[in-house]
Amino acid sequence: MAKDVRLLAEPFVPGALVGPFTNAHPGLGGVCTFVGEVRSDDDVEALELSHYEPLTLSGMNALADEALTRFGLMGILIVHRVGEMRPGEPIVLVSACARHRRGAIDAVDFAMDHLKSDAWFWKREKRGGEWNWIEPRAEDHSDLARWR
Amino acid sequence: MSVKLVFLGKLADLAATPEKNMAGPLDWAGLLDALPGPLGEMVRGDKVKLALNGTVLADKTALSANDGDEIALLPPVSGG
Repeated sequence: MAKDVRLLAEPFVPGALVGPFTNAHPGLGGVCTFVGEVRSDDDVEALELSHYEPLTLSGMNALADEALTRFGLMGILIVHRVGEMRPGEPIVLVSACARHRRGAIDAVDFAMDHLKSDAWFWKREKRGGEWNWIEPRAEDHSDLARWR
Repeated sequence: MSVKLVFLGKLADLAATPEKNMAGPLDWAGLLDALPGPLGEMVRGDKVKLALNGTVLADKTALSANDGDEIALLPPVSGG
């Protein structure tokens, strides 16, 4: 189970996935996990992620393969939601395990930077009953540039 | 048979539909002719990419689609 990549249309519980993922890699030196959730600190009522079936999952798989190789991982888990989400719901989960901590930590950082601005997702949010598309931010692109 | 256009993200709002069928064959000029107003302007701009049958085109102006093909119109992404 070196690579586990999933697109989910329903809410998920990160811990229920990270436990089995970690257990599947006996002998690991470190596991690093990031979970992104819909922020609830402002007036966002809902968030919706759309994707394009022919590109999105294959792109996530290619990203996982690149991270496995680049950081010498034992395994990587990438889970991304699509559909409508409420504040507090998980959007994304990346977990990486490796012999040594640095590879695991860097791989998660790398995967998140690519999922934010180089993966086939489109995000819109609902405030005051109105849906608005989220434009990519300049920081997202500079974050991505760190890995080139 | 026809060429299927798939509008992603805000392009679906501008097109007022997520999908549209057009008679093939369809090239870049034919596509722009079929997409008037702000939608056409966005598609013409360098931020929108095109995919033909699941492969992103390196040069969208070289588009050449036939009946049965699917063209996806891809605005800038925002995930995570």
